[in-house]
Amino acid sequence: MSVDKDTVRRIAKLARLAVPENRLEPMAAELNGIFQWVEMLGEVDVEGVPAMTSVVAQKLKWRKDEVNDGGQADALMINAPEGEEHFFVVPKVHE
Amino acid sequence: MSDLISMSLAEARDAIRAKKISSRELTGAFVSAIEKARPLNAFITEVGEKALAMADASDKRIAAGTIGALEGLPLAIKDLFCTKGTRTTAASKILGNFVPPYESTVTQNLWDAGAVMLGKTNLDEFAMGSSNETSAFGPVFNPWRANNSNANLVPGGSSGGSSAAVAADLCLAATGTDTGGSIRQPAAVTGRVGLKPTYGRCSRFGIVAFASSLDQAGPMTKTVKDAAIMLGSMASVDAKDSTSVDIAVPDYEKLLEGGIKGLRVGIPKEYRIDGAPAEIDALWSKGAGWLKAQGAEIVEVSLPHTKYALPTYYIVAPAEASSNLARYDGVRFGYRASGVRDIIDLYEKSRGEGFGGEVQRRILIGTYVLSAGYYDAYYARAQKLRSLIKRDFERAFEQCDVLLTPTTPGPAFGVGAKTTDPLEMYLQDVFTVTVNLAGLPGISVPAGLTESGLPLGLQLIGKAFDEGTLLRAAQAVETAAAFKHSPAKWWSV
Repeated sequence: MSVDKDTVRRIAKLARLAVPENRLEPMAAELNGIFQWVEMLGEVDVEGVPAMTSVVAQKLKWRKDEVNDGGQADALMINAPEGEEHFFVVPKVHE
Repeated sequence: MSDLISMSLAEARDAIRAKKISSRELTGAFVSAIEKARPLNAFITEVGEKALAMADASDKRIAAGTIGALEGLPLAIKDLFCTKGTRTTAASKILGNFVPPYESTVTQNLWDAGAVMLGKTNLDEFAMGSSNETSAFGPVFNPWRANNSNANLVPGGSSGGSSAAVAADLCLAATGTDTGGSIRQPAAVTGRVGLKPTYGRCSRFGIVAFASSLDQAGPMTKTVKDAAIMLGSMASVDAKDSTSVDIAVPDYEKLLEGGIKGLRVGIPKEYRIDGAPAEIDALWSKGAGWLKAQGAEIVEVSLPHTKYALPTYYIVAPAEASSNLARYDGVRFGYRASGVRDIIDLYEKSRGEGFGGEVQRRILIGTYVLSAGYYDAYYARAQKLRSLIKRDFERAFEQCDVLLTPTTPGPAFGVGAKTTDPLEMYLQDVFTVTVNLAGLPGISVPAGLTESGLPLGLQLIGKAFDEGTLLRAAQAVETAAAFKHSPAKWWSV
């Protein structure tokens, strides 16, 4: 599989990442180098091998479904690039 | 003053307990050493005043007789651990002004034990790198230089600020995080100790996430004993991290005792790679000899899927990163681009301007391998390979108790020497990454110098949650290696 300029443009769009037009071609070349190297995984027979879901043999713990934190709106707004009272301000979404 | 800062964590602890020194004196010595060492760029944020205030509070506790495990001991914290009220950047422009309203569990544990924070150390952006060169705050320079050379070398990465700070005596010990080798590799190339615990041993709560199934916090220290002391305070089961494991934290320092007579040490034959410098191989054999001389039994073992570990990692880690880093959107916190048309433009420009090149590359790899039509070929296959790699270790551990390998394929390299080809940089983690994929504990111990005078480390790998045996074996290597070297303090102005 080979990654071209259009593919980079498409995945950049999926990743919500602005990649300048003049970076698309070099990025495609870099990604191709990496994907070609990764191709070696194709030579391993993985028939019947379970995909890893947890690296330590552990069952995820259950916890009570109850509120244990909250009321932190002021603290949450401290780092907002733009906010008004307890709202994050963003550019207009709908016309 | 220089005696104070060159003490080990254990020595400083004992001196404080014996009231030979105060935390204030000790902390003051480090604060001034850090100021003098600014040419190394090891710290992103220094918190001298806060450190002295913490030291004073600690001295009061000592006077009152309430003495924690790390009482009064000044530490450096990788700038990936959220610290309440102290800027936490992950070495990224996108978090350049982020001040967490909460504390990571690991750092909270350290403060609860009485430790003092000296500052936040530099790292590769979002911990993605092996040389600390991807930091938005500039590279860190390794305190070590080759014999008769003034060329700046990298301190390893991603925990490069922490490794440099420990090696340059700018703290008693530091925290690091290790996703593919980010504690062990920098510790190795700066001649110090770095321990990645078993996945789940330390809580990940409040650590800026890179690849959640691989990330693990651990100590970077001057000695193996110091690593045991640090881990004892860092580790905990935590309701805020459901993957932290509910196993009691043992007294690791106590577990250092007893020697290694009868310990079975596995030598994985696949770690002998073509083109590795002869010095690495020689040191590895020497290490096996040291352990044997202390009563260990050396067994050759096989980890057949070793060569697939790095490519597996470069699917799994970017996939998880692309998902974890989706939260940086310029809306709730972090960098926001200006002059945008609409909300999509805001997301794309904020991320495009806020993330550096390596982070963008990994986000794109991750997005691609998770995208429709490619998921099975890449991600699903990589997760199967991960099972095989873990199985290799399980089989090897039927024949041995710990494994001995080199930590890195070579010593510290020059700044800029490996920045052209991403693959060349990725290969730095060839010996360390398997451990993360299998969730196991691993430690790097300084074992010798190259002909040009640069440190090399040996890595030991243990069974899951068997850090006790791992540390004991590491101490045996440390004792035999008798590595007492320190870099010349060329940076001190």
